[in-house]
Amino acid sequence: MTRAIAARQYVCDVAVLARKDARLELRSRDTVPAMLLFVVGALVVFHFAVPVDLDEETERVVSFGLLWVALLFTAILGLTRAFVAEREQRLIDALVLAPCDRSAIWLAKTLAVVAFLLLAELIALPAFALFFEPVDGATIAAVLLANIGIAAVGTVLSAVSAASRTRELLLPLLLLPLAIPIIVGGIGASVTDEPAQFLAFLALYDAVFAIISWSTFEYVVTE
Amino acid sequence: MSLRNNLGPAFALVAFTFLIAAFALAFYWVPTDADQGFSQRIFYVHVPLALTAYACFAWGAWKALRLLWTNDSKYDLESYTAVHMGVIFGILVLVTGAIWARISWGVWWSWGERQLVLFLILFLFYCAYFMLRNSVDAGPRQARMSAVYALFGVVLIPISFLAIRLSENFIHPVVFTRDGPQMAASMFFVFCLSTVGTIALATALYHVELSGKRLDLKLKQRRKAYS
Repeated sequence: MTRAIAARQYVCDVAVLARKDARLELRSRDTVPAMLLFVVGALVVFHFAVPVDLDEETERVVSFGLLWVALLFTAILGLTRAFVAEREQRLIDALVLAPCDRSAIWLAKTLAVVAFLLLAELIALPAFALFFEPVDGATIAAVLLANIGIAAVGTVLSAVSAASRTRELLLPLLLLPLAIPIIVGGIGASVTDEPAQFLAFLALYDAVFAIISWSTFEYVVTE
Repeated sequence: MSLRNNLGPAFALVAFTFLIAAFALAFYWVPTDADQGFSQRIFYVHVPLALTAYACFAWGAWKALRLLWTNDSKYDLESYTAVHMGVIFGILVLVTGAIWARISWGVWWSWGERQLVLFLILFLFYCAYFMLRNSVDAGPRQARMSAVYALFGVVLIPISFLAIRLSENFIHPVVFTRDGPQMAASMFFVFCLSTVGTIALATALYHVELSGKRLDLKLKQRRKAYS
């Protein structure tokens, strides 16, 4: 019985914290518009970066590669902002002192990051379909799965880099090696004929890194 | 926490004996590989180095886990030193791998070789580990953050390995493979000898480096206490 109450309390904590992030974003409108502009800008840059006279199959593969790079960099851009409010207003100290499980902070922030990413992709995928190639169901599934993994890992690393001296500089360095498997899974699901194994791989990545991020976040934020 | 450390020299002696024996046998006793010829002998250096680097990363992650578990700050230096050794041996893996690739296939780098690609990813990852350590002020927080990142690393190794295997489905097929004919018993013996020697070398270096870092820490604390 007490366990059920504790679980409900945990869900309430997460919901309140996630709502706080959504409200902050609604008021300041810092992160999501920047991500939208960045991802569309990146796609336009990529159009000029790729030679025009490729054969059809090569062009398809290259385009999807560019899409995944654009999505990854957009996610990094959003993640660098994830703990800015907490840091500047010293909010993180209050959150750590609050009588809730610290992993609830991680879960709420991860949910917020996933929501921001979804908003960015709501523009990015149609833009990609318009500029480059049609997007199929496997790609959309892969994007959804990749969001979870990248937000889970990125939230922990964003908290780490927010506490460092170099701040935003550190996050891409920490995140890029960890994002390579996500890119592999995503591109595999987009360009091969059998996307199932790549989607399964992305799900495995999500599960493994969500567990390890959930359990280690506490050590990153406590003084 | 004693600064005196006799384990280092002992391991160094073991490493010296085993490595000398392994190299001598690798050059004069083991039959030349029928497929790759003389250059295959770099196998007795390259693969033990790779195994040692994995062992160092695993050891670093284990110490990181101990740190988070017990909150005992002595594990921080141990984890850091193990990762440090792992990176040094990882660089040697990349260098010997590049030399082998050049001799076997005529190119310095091949994306078709899984181990090399994995070590490149790990190299990037652990370089970021050093960046992280350098950009956070020393203290329990730095220790915990580094420990969390080291744990991520040990999870990344199998995931990346899987990713590299999967990526061969769409990047390009494996043209070159080193899993040639079965290893002869004599080859396997020399390989084991070399592996033990390399691991002993890493352990010796680990102990030397660890006592150096501990001394450094102690000096800093004394200086702080007297100033």
